[in-house]
Amino acid sequence: MIHKLVNFFTSLRLTVVCLALAMLLVFIGTLAQVDEGLYAAQNRYFRSFLIYWTPKGATWGLPILPGGYLVGSVLIVNLIAAHIKRFTFTKKKLGIFLTHVGLIMLLIGGLLTDLFQVESHMRLTEGQAKNYSESGLQSELVFIDKSKPDADEVIAIPQSLLAQKGEIRHSRLPFTIRVKDYFVNSWPRPRAPMVETNAPQTTQGAGRQIYFDERESTAKMSDQNVPSAIIEILSEKVSEGTWAVSNWAVDESLLLFLQRKGKWSDSLLQKLSATQVVSSQGRSFEIALRPVRYYEPYSIELKQFTHDRYKGTEVPKNFASDIRLRHSLTGEDRSAHIRMNAPLRYAGKTYYQAGFDQVDPRVTILQVVRNPSRLVPYISCSVMALGLVVQFLMHLIPFAKKSAGKISGGKAQQVPPPRRTLPRTDKIAGGVAANGEAKHLEPTSTRRST
Amino acid sequence: MKKSIPWILFAVFALEAAVALRPRGEKDFHFRAFGELPVLLNGRVQPLDSVARNSLLQIRSAQAVPLEGNGADGSWGEWNELRKNPKAAPFSERKWWQFSKHPRKLKPSAWLLEVMTNPDLADERPVFLVHHPELLSQLKLEEKGVENSGLRYYTFNEIRSVWPEVEKQAQQIRGIEPEAQTALQKQVAKLENALILYHRLKNSLQPEGTKDFSAQIAQFQKAITPGIAAVRAQSAGKDYDKEAFERLLGLLGPYDLMANLAYPFLVPPAQPEVSRDNWTQIGLSLMETARSGELHPAVSSFAALATAYRQGKVDEFNFAVENYRAWLTEKFVPELKKGERESFFNNYSPFYRAMLIYIVAFLLGCASWFGWSETWRRSAVYLVSLALVIHTTALLFRMFLEGRPPVTNLYSSAIFIGWGAAVLGLVLERIFRDGVGAVVASFVGFVTLIIAHNLALGGDTMEMLRAVLDTNFWLATHVTTVTLGYASTFVAGFLATIYILRGVFTRTLSEATAKALARMVYGIVCFATLFSFVGTILGGIWADQSWGRFWGWDPKENGALIIVIWNAMILHARWGGMVRERGLMNMAIFGNIVTSFSWFGVNMLGIGLHSYGFMDAAFKWLMLFVGSQVLLIALGLLPMEKWSSRQSLRAAAPVGAAVS
Repeated sequence: MIHKLVNFFTSLRLTVVCLALAMLLVFIGTLAQVDEGLYAAQNRYFRSFLIYWTPKGATWGLPILPGGYLVGSVLIVNLIAAHIKRFTFTKKKLGIFLTHVGLIMLLIGGLLTDLFQVESHMRLTEGQAKNYSESGLQSELVFIDKSKPDADEVIAIPQSLLAQKGEIRHSRLPFTIRVKDYFVNSWPRPRAPMVETNAPQTTQGAGRQIYFDERESTAKMSDQNVPSAIIEILSEKVSEGTWAVSNWAVDESLLLFLQRKGKWSDSLLQKLSATQVVSSQGRSFEIALRPVRYYEPYSIELKQFTHDRYKGTEVPKNFASDIRLRHSLTGEDRSAHIRMNAPLRYAGKTYYQAGFDQVDPRVTILQVVRNPSRLVPYISCSVMALGLVVQFLMHLIPFAKKSAGKISGGKAQQVPPPRRTLPRTDKIAGGVAANGEAKHLEPTSTRRST
Repeated sequence: MKKSIPWILFAVFALEAAVALRPRGEKDFHFRAFGELPVLLNGRVQPLDSVARNSLLQIRSAQAVPLEGNGADGSWGEWNELRKNPKAAPFSERKWWQFSKHPRKLKPSAWLLEVMTNPDLADERPVFLVHHPELLSQLKLEEKGVENSGLRYYTFNEIRSVWPEVEKQAQQIRGIEPEAQTALQKQVAKLENALILYHRLKNSLQPEGTKDFSAQIAQFQKAITPGIAAVRAQSAGKDYDKEAFERLLGLLGPYDLMANLAYPFLVPPAQPEVSRDNWTQIGLSLMETARSGELHPAVSSFAALATAYRQGKVDEFNFAVENYRAWLTEKFVPELKKGERESFFNNYSPFYRAMLIYIVAFLLGCASWFGWSETWRRSAVYLVSLALVIHTTALLFRMFLEGRPPVTNLYSSAIFIGWGAAVLGLVLERIFRDGVGAVVASFVGFVTLIIAHNLALGGDTMEMLRAVLDTNFWLATHVTTVTLGYASTFVAGFLATIYILRGVFTRTLSEATAKALARMVYGIVCFATLFSFVGTILGGIWADQSWGRFWGWDPKENGALIIVIWNAMILHARWGGMVRERGLMNMAIFGNIVTSFSWFGVNMLGIGLHSYGFMDAAFKWLMLFVGSQVLLIALGLLPMEKWSSRQSLRAAAPVGAAVS
C-alpha cells in the first residue's frame, strides 16, 4: 500500500498530469477573466482547491476540476518526493536538479506572496500629503472619536460584516449598529423634493436629500464597485436615527466624476460629502464607509506631477511624481522621484507610478505593494534559469557537434561528438541518404563529451 | 549544368534585389523627393511617403491607386475615359489573367500630393473601400465603383452624397465596444474614419480648393498690417478701416479651419534648439504670422510647391522641393535624413522581397525530397540564405530607424518570429543537410511575413511606445527572448508537420529521416523551453519593476506560461517514456496551437494590461490555423497501416507510440 502511494507520488506520469491540469487551469482562468473579471477569476481558478460548477439557480456546486492550490501542492509533493527517491547527485544531473529546486522555491514563494502580499494605492493631488494608502477592493465602516487630545480613535467594521446585514455590537462603541441595507455597488441620485413621493432613505445626514440605488456588481477591470449602506444607530434599543454611508461621499475621484457630469450642483455635492456625526450617550463619532486604509509612520507629499503625451496624440510619453517623504519617528525628510519603471522602495513597501487622473492634471496615483517574499521569485528564477542553461549547454554542445547519428532517447548518454568540418563529404548522396551515410562518418578519435 | 543551377537561381534573385537598391531617376514631377520630406505625425518624425502609405492603408487597404482598368463592355482605359462611355459601367480592375495589361498606378506620395493640392482630381480616384454587401445596398452603391475580386472601391465624388448617412450611423455605433460590434457596424465605422481622414488630408497643406496658395499668402501678408491696426482700433472703440478688418478676418477663417483639421504637422519647430518635437500645422503657423508678421519659410515652400503642382509647372515644383530641402539642411539634418531613409525603406519593401524569395525556396526544398535532391536542396538553402540576409538587414535597418530593439508591437513580433525561425531552420539544415531545415526556415519565414504584411494594414507600424513600454532594456531582453521562444516552438511544430505529412502522404519518410526529425524536434523543444521560460521570468521581473507584482495572471503572462508548461510537458512525457516518436510529433504540433493562442489569441480577449491590439479579422484566421493543426494531429494518430511511408519506416522499432 505504502509502496503504491510512494510510486504514485514519485511518478513522472503524475508530473505530466499536473502540468496538463495546470495548463488547462491557466487557459480557462484566462478566458474567464473576460466575464468574471481578473480578481474573481483569480480567486476561483488559481486561489482554490477545487473548482465547482453550479447549475443555474442551484445552491450546490459540483467539483469538476482541481484548483490552483491543489495542483500546485501536488506538484510540490511530487517534485520533492521524486527527488528524495531517485536523486543521486552527479554532474550530469546538476542542471535538472537546480531547475527543480528553483521550481519548488518558486511555487512556495508564489504561495507566500499570495498569503502575505497587500496591494493598495495612494491618490495625491499636488501639495497634498498622506500617511496612509487605500485598498482598491475592500471598504470598512468607521467610527472616529475625535475627542481624544493626542490622536483620534478609529473603530472599523469590515465590509464582510455589513454584507450579512443584521445587528453589530462593538465593545468600544456605546451603541448597536443595525445594518438595514447594504449595496456592493451603488449609484447616487439627487432626491427631487417636490417630485419624489416616497420617504427619504434616512432620517439623518446626506440620505435625506440623496438616494442610493443598488446596482449590479461589476467585475470589469475598467469599472469599480462603489458600496453604500443604510445603517440605524440604537442606544439601549432606542433609535438615534438612520444614516446613509457610501464610498461616493469620501472618494475624491468619484466626487469629481459627479461634478463633471453636471447634474450635481455644488451645494448638493457638499451635502453628499459632508461629515456625518452620530451622537449617543454624550459621545460623538464621525461615521463613514471608506476604503480600508493602511497607515504608515511616515507621510508622502506630492510636490509635482508631470505627464507628457506625444505631440499630436493622446499616447502617454512619460509620467512621474516628485514627492517628499517625511518620517515622524526618525525625523527623516527627503525627496524622491517616482516614474514609470523606476519605483520608490521604502520601509518594506514599494511605491510605483501607476496612473493619473483623466481630467485633473495635478493628480497622481501611486500603487503601493507590501510583499515580504518579494525576492523569492528573483532567487528561485535565477536558480531555475541557471539550471536550464547548464542542462541546455550540456545537451546542446554534443547535439550541435553531432551530425546525424543514433538517437539515445534524449538521455544524457551521448555518443562521442564527431568533428564536423568537412561538409562536402556527404554531398554524394544528398537528402535522405545523407543521414544514412552520416553514421559511417563518426570518427572514433574525438574526446568524450562531458 | 545541374551543379550550377543553385548558383544561377541565387544570382538571379540577388541581382534583382541589388538592382532595386538603386532608385530610378524621376523625369517628371519629383514625387519621391517630395515623399522624403519630413513631417510629424503620431508623435514621431516621418516622411510624407509614410503618411501617404498609412493613410491609403486606412482608406483603401492597399498602398497604390490603379488609374486604369476594364469596362464592362471589354474596353480598357483610364477611369475618366471609361466614364464617358455609358456601356462601360460597371468597371473592374485588371483581372489576374490579363498578363498583357499593366495599369498605370498612382504611387502613395503622388496620391497624397494630389489630395492635398488638387482635390478636384483626387475626388475622381477610386480609393474608398466598401465591401459589406448590406452596407452597399443600404447606401445604394451597388451599381457604382470599381470592382476587384469582390471588393469595391469608390471615388469621393461617388460617396460624397452618402457621407451624412454614414456619419449618422457611425454616431450610433460609437457607444458600442469594439468587441460587441457586428461586421456591418465595423465597416461603417471604418468608412467614416476613412472619410474624415481624407477630409483632413485635403485641409492639411492649404485650405481645400485653393487654386494659388502662394498668391493667397502674399495677399494675406499684405493684409496683416492694416488689418491688425483695424482690429485694434475696433476693439478700442475707435473708428476703423472696415475693409481691411474684413479682408484679414476673411483670410484667417480658412486658416483657422485648417488648424482644426490638418492631419500631419508639416511645419518644423521654429526653435529647434529648444524643442525638436514642437512641430506645427500650416494653419496655426499662419495665425502666428498674423501676430508676428513673419512667415515661416516652410509655409512659403509648401505654398510654392502646391501652386506649381496645381498649375502643372514641373520645373517650378521640383525647384520648390529642392529649395525646401536645402532650407532643411540648415537646421533639420537628422529629420531630413530620417525622412530619406524611411522613405527608401518603404519603397524598397525588403520584407515583401524576402517573402517572395522564401516561398520559392520552400517549393525548391519540398521538391528536393522527390528527385534531383541535392540540386534542389542546395538551391533552397542558397535562396533561404539570401532571403535571410535581406530579412536581417531590413530588421536591423528598422531598429536603426526606430532606435529600438527589434520587437515593439505585434507587427514587429511577426517579423522577428520569422527571423528567429529562419535562423534556427538554417542551423538545422547545416547540421542535418536533408532539406528539412531549409523547408521549415522558408515556410515559417514566408508565413510570418504574410502575417506581418496583413498586420501592417492597421496603419503606422513604427508608432511611439506608451510610457510603460518605453524601456529599451526590457524590450531588448524580455520581449526578444519570449519572441524567440515563440519562434522555436513554431519551428518544432513545423518540423513535426513535415514528419506527419511526409509520413502519411509520401514514401519519403525513411527511418533515418524520421529519427533525424525526432532529434531536431527534441532539440528545438529544449531550446524553446529555455527561451520561453527565461523570457517569461524576465517578464515577471519587469512587471515587478513597473506594476509592482511579479505575477498578475494577466492574459499575456498566462499565455507565455502556457507555452512554458506545454514545452515542459513534452520533455517530461518524453523522459517518462509516455510518448515516443509520433507522440512527440503530435505534441509538438499542439505546441503550434498553444503558441498561436499566446501570440494572437490573448490579444483578442481585449482585456488586461497587455492588450495592445484587438483584431477580429485575425480571429477567423486563428481558428482556421487551429483547425488545420487539429487535423494534422488527427493524421498523426492514424494507424501505421494507413501511412504511405509504412514500408520505409518498417525498419524502425515499433512506432505506434501511445499518446497520453
